[in-house]
Amino acid sequence: MRRRVWIPVLAAPVIAAAVLLASGALGLAASTAQAQASSVEVKIDNFSFGPATLTVAAGTTVTWTNRDDIPHTVVSDDKVFKSKVLDTDEKFSYTFTKPGTYGYFCSIHPKMTGKVVVQ
Amino acid sequence: MTNKVKDEILHDHNQDGIDRRGFLKCMAWAGTGALCVMQGGVLKSYSLSRLSDLGGSAAAAGELSFVQISDSHMGFNKPANPDVTGTLKAAVDKINGLSAAPEFLLHTGDISHLSKPEEFDAVDQILKATGKEVFFVPGEHDVLNDDGAQFRERYGKGAKGAGWYSFEKKGVHFIGLVNVMNLKAGGLGTLGHEQLEWLEDDVKHLKSSTPIVVFAHIPLWTVYPDWGWGTEDSAQALAYLKKFGSVTVLNGHIHQTMQKVEGNVTFHTAASTAFPQPQPGKADSPGPMKVPAEQLRSVLGITDVNYVRGQHALAVVDSSLA
Repeated sequence: MRRRVWIPVLAAPVIAAAVLLASGALGLAASTAQAQASSVEVKIDNFSFGPATLTVAAGTTVTWTNRDDIPHTVVSDDKVFKSKVLDTDEKFSYTFTKPGTYGYFCSIHPKMTGKVVVQ
Repeated sequence: MTNKVKDEILHDHNQDGIDRRGFLKCMAWAGTGALCVMQGGVLKSYSLSRLSDLGGSAAAAGELSFVQISDSHMGFNKPANPDVTGTLKAAVDKINGLSAAPEFLLHTGDISHLSKPEEFDAVDQILKATGKEVFFVPGEHDVLNDDGAQFRERYGKGAKGAGWYSFEKKGVHFIGLVNVMNLKAGGLGTLGHEQLEWLEDDVKHLKSSTPIVVFAHIPLWTVYPDWGWGTEDSAQALAYLKKFGSVTVLNGHIHQTMQKVEGNVTFHTAASTAFPQPQPGKADSPGPMKVPAEQLRSVLGITDVNYVRGQHALAVVDSSLA
C-alpha cells in the first residue's frame, strides 16, 4: 500500500518537475518570442528617426518616442498608420502584423522619413 | 543693364542701384539688430537708436505702412525660450513704439505651437494690444490634427480652400497663400493645383503697375532644401506674378531674417518672436537654437514695411526685440 502511495508520490514531483522543466523551456521559448513581439523603440530626435530603417518580425510592436524639443508626427506613406502630434516625451505605438516595407514620415517636417521592414 | 540673376543677389533691373556688397553688409547688420532700410531701392542702414529718425522722413512714413510678425509658437516652453508670451508682448511693445504706426499686421504663421485653442486665444489676446487688424496665414504648427479646420474657423472667414485669400490696401494688392497643407514625405512646402489656379485668376485683371505683396509661411524660394526650407511649386506662382513691376514676398518658418532679390521680386523672411533657428547647414537640424539668455531678444524681431507710391520696391525694415 505504501509502495503504491510512494511511487505516485515520488513520481508526482518527478513528473511535476519534468512538466515544470518542459513548460519552463516552453515558457522560455514563449518569452523569447514575446521579446521579439514586444516593443521595439524608434527614437525621434534632432529632426530624424533613429534608426531610420528598422527591421522587425511580423507581430512586433514598434514604439516611437519623441525626444526632440519640437513636436513631430509619425505618418505612414500609404495611410496604414498615423500618430497624433507627439510633443517631447510622448509616444506612439503600432503593431505590424503583415510583412512588407512601411515607409513613413513626419507630416509637420516632411523631410524626416523612416522605414519599417517587416519580415 | 545686365539681366544676370545671381543666386542670392541682385541685379539692376529697376535701376534701383542696389549693389551686392551693400546687400551683403545689410544682411550682416540685420543679424546684429541694426536696421537695413531699402527706400526706393537705395540701401541705408540705421542703428536701432536712430529708429525715431526714420519716423521723421516722409519716405520712411510712406503711404502705407504695415508690420509682419511670424512664428510666435504660443505654447512652446523649452529652454530655447521658456517665455514666448513675454517675447510676443515685447514685439507688441515694439510695434506700438513705431513712430510711423502700421495700418495693420500680417502674421506669417506658426501662431500656435500645437494648434491648441488656448494657444490661439493667447496670441489673439496679446495682439489686441496693438489695436490693429491682423491678417494670418497658417504655419504647419497651426494645422495639426484637424487639417486646419480650427485655423480657418478663426482666421479664414471669406478665404478659399485651405485658407488663401487676397485684399487691397491703398492700391497695394495683398495675397495670403497656404503652403503647409498636404505635405508629402521627403517634400517641401506645397501650394497645390487649386490654389495656383485661384492665384492665376486673382491677379489676371490687375494692372502690372499694381504693387503686389504675397505672404505665406514657408519661403517661396529655395532657401535650404535639406531642411525643407522651400516650396516645390512656387515657381508656378511666381510665373503668374511676372508681369508686375513690384512684388514683395514675405515669409516666415525659418526663424531668421533673410532676403533675396530676383528681378522685380523681393523675397524676405522674418525673425520669429519665439526662438531663433540655425543658419542653413550650420547645425544638425533646423530646430530651436539656444542662445545665452541675455542675447535672446536680439535674435527675435518684427518687420516693418513701408510703401511709397511711385517707388518700385517696398522698404522692408527688420528690427530685433532687444
